[in-house]
Amino acid sequence: MTRAPVMREALVLGISLLSAMAAGSLLILALGESPAHVYGLLLRSTWGDSYGVGQVLFKSTPLIFTGLSVALAFRAGLFNIGAEGQLMLGGLAAALVGASLPAGAPAALALPLVVLAAALAGAVWGAIPGVLRACFGAHEVINTIMLNFLAAALVLGLGHEVFLPETTHTALVVEGARLPALGLAGSAANLSFILALVAAAAVWFYLARARRGFELRAVGLSPGAAENAGVRVRATWVAAMATAGALAGLVGCNFVLGYKHYFEEGMGRGAGFMGIAVALLGRGHPLGVVLAALLLGTLSHGGMAVNALVPKELVDVLQAVIILAVAASSAALDRGAGRAGQ
Amino acid sequence: MSTTDDAVLALSGVSRAFGAVLANDRVDLRVTRGHVHALVGENGAGKSTLMRVAYGELRADGGEIRLKGELIPRERHSPREAIRRGVGMVHQHFMLVPTLSVVENVVLGREPLRRGLLDLAGPAGALRELSRRFGLEVEPRARVEELSVGERQRVEILRVLWQGCDVLILDEPTAVLAPAEVRRLFGVLADMAASGLAVVLITHKLDEVCALAERVTVMRQGRVVDELDGRVVSAATIARAMVGREVLLRVERGPRGAPPGAATLLRVDGLRVTRGEGTDAVSDLSLVVKAGEIVGLAGVEGNGQRELVEALVGLRPQAAGSISLAGRELSRLGVGERLAAGLGHVPEDRLARGLVLDFSLEENLALGRQGEFCGWFGLDRRRLRVEAIRLLAEGDVRPAEPLACARALSGGNQQKVVMARELSRPAARVLLCAQPTRGVDIGAIEHIHRGILAARGRGVGVLLASADLPELLALSDRVLVMFKGRVAGQLAGAELDAPGAAERLGELMTGAGGAT
Repeated sequence: MTRAPVMREALVLGISLLSAMAAGSLLILALGESPAHVYGLLLRSTWGDSYGVGQVLFKSTPLIFTGLSVALAFRAGLFNIGAEGQLMLGGLAAALVGASLPAGAPAALALPLVVLAAALAGAVWGAIPGVLRACFGAHEVINTIMLNFLAAALVLGLGHEVFLPETTHTALVVEGARLPALGLAGSAANLSFILALVAAAAVWFYLARARRGFELRAVGLSPGAAENAGVRVRATWVAAMATAGALAGLVGCNFVLGYKHYFEEGMGRGAGFMGIAVALLGRGHPLGVVLAALLLGTLSHGGMAVNALVPKELVDVLQAVIILAVAASSAALDRGAGRAGQ
Repeated sequence: MSTTDDAVLALSGVSRAFGAVLANDRVDLRVTRGHVHALVGENGAGKSTLMRVAYGELRADGGEIRLKGELIPRERHSPREAIRRGVGMVHQHFMLVPTLSVVENVVLGREPLRRGLLDLAGPAGALRELSRRFGLEVEPRARVEELSVGERQRVEILRVLWQGCDVLILDEPTAVLAPAEVRRLFGVLADMAASGLAVVLITHKLDEVCALAERVTVMRQGRVVDELDGRVVSAATIARAMVGREVLLRVERGPRGAPPGAATLLRVDGLRVTRGEGTDAVSDLSLVVKAGEIVGLAGVEGNGQRELVEALVGLRPQAAGSISLAGRELSRLGVGERLAAGLGHVPEDRLARGLVLDFSLEENLALGRQGEFCGWFGLDRRRLRVEAIRLLAEGDVRPAEPLACARALSGGNQQKVVMARELSRPAARVLLCAQPTRGVDIGAIEHIHRGILAARGRGVGVLLASADLPELLALSDRVLVMFKGRVAGQLAGAELDAPGAAERLGELMTGAGGAT
């Protein structure tokens, strides 16, 4: 029973990658370049040396967090379009808390505090649409989208008070609140990547093993049956959205704590929406999310390297074709497998 | 006038597979004019598949389909083609647009135009004529969402008739109907057959077959295993052909009545439950269920039985009154706490409430018991697996495969999973059973009835809400009849065995019985 779905997922991904490469090849040929050359360069610049690897990991980290965020909400039957706003506020919170600590604060104390601040800010922002859904039946898709705008406005409004004069960023966080780099040839990859992997493992455990995760999946698949089994459906919605928000909020670790050491307006922009694609590519499974984030991270960094030969928008095309192909081929396979029974 | 050659619908050697499962295996079937032809078999026997193949909804993998003697190429067959050649099908699940009127639904897809504009007056007149001719009363201008289930079914049948048909296929038409509506429908179908139509009736209710059908085709595991004459065979003969073994249509039970000195387990006092609009669904209702007692709950659908059971489980808020289990007040508790306190619930809506269809069987068996299987390191999958294997074997669930998806099971086996789970709760003292055998095949019914009686034997109190009077009469120690949200009367002990017990219940159900 478990083997078949794994094979199917692999098939979906294989078909999608091949069709994306085929479409990309046509485009490259039309631009007068050699596909083999371009793809070779794309691979060498990403997985060919430790700097490239580091940059890929750095670009994948936010996508893992937002992918997990969307996937977790999705398993509860909710669509979190709000990772964008949640990650903004998470980053801002981490930066403000990190900057307000005393300069000599030890890392053992400062790091948990700032990471917690990022998660908490995201969780609060995520919980709002959860509560609105649970109490008033307001649809979370609309509300998460609206809260993205609110978050952006909030950042600008607060920025007036907290940004350094004449800039759009906050003060530096104290030494103790910084996540060390992974030491990959000066790349931006930092400990956040490991944190993201830990988060993926935690989400996997939660969904597969934890009691609340079991209940969350039941709510996502059949709220009526879950309620009948004594699960508190509304509370589960709120908890799922809050957890999804916390995961998105952790994106702040990568930029603020691990790279720039301050929060800057526009930081991480787009990662929230890309999280939807990552969750789709990863088929809602934490391991799938990590792999999908690495794939999109590779394309994102590889795009810079091939920019000399072809416009870097090529990777946007590749990305788009992969996502479309995954959506289409999995639907086609579902249909092909047919509905068993009568 | 019908010779052996004028079959309006003839299938020969038709096969159809779903993945590895052969749903139809070289099936032959001939349907002729002027007859009601019953297609019977357990859930999963391939009846619906066969008819959907005939109707062109599913493509046959092999074999020939002839409509009025003309061979229809497999790859060209479609519902459109079927309708054009006079074959109509009424599905088990209605396919109507609730916000449109009856006549709009009927013409949908083949709207008649007059001077380029939609003409509804013509079809409305035609519908009135058809309604009158076949006794299918329904107002053409009424909106479908305002109609009762029985009326909606009439709309479905009218749509097929309006399209013009020689063969009318009905898939489990009585599953949703009250007894009086069933009798009425059967009258209509008999008239249609008498007027020269061929009527194909998919069902697994044997009394229906015996009442109506002249020809009975019995299917089992995708094959036709018998062709019988419905006017002369007994229900037991058909049942044996369907299941492939002797079936007890009525399970053995001990004398009626709670054991002497049995403790009161469930006590409901002055319960009031309101519907969304503020009217009372249940008003000032009191009842008692003792240990080792099965209390039947009869009533025409919509008289508050559903709301009562849901309020007892905690799925629906109560407006007033008290509910106590072995002396413990439940009114303020949530569903989970009530389950922990000793309630079990077999919900009326198995697909929406009883199971998570995309969960595995073992996960479904853990629903509502998830706390029991959680240790320090999360869900204890190994213990769950052991328990699931035991419950699936005890519950006679097929396949007894813990990792099978609940969606893939037949209705009967799904219900066995729900029963097995609810009976397995360690703390269960009162079992609330709502329509436990609705849409379930007879082999499974026997098993479910045995399970309910076994629970009674263990001292569990059972509240059994059912629209199936024979079921209530067979199992209950007492039967309460609900009418307009109140208990209109009760029959207990010997009264249930007395001749005319069913008629007495019927009177109470329609409010004609007065207070007892």
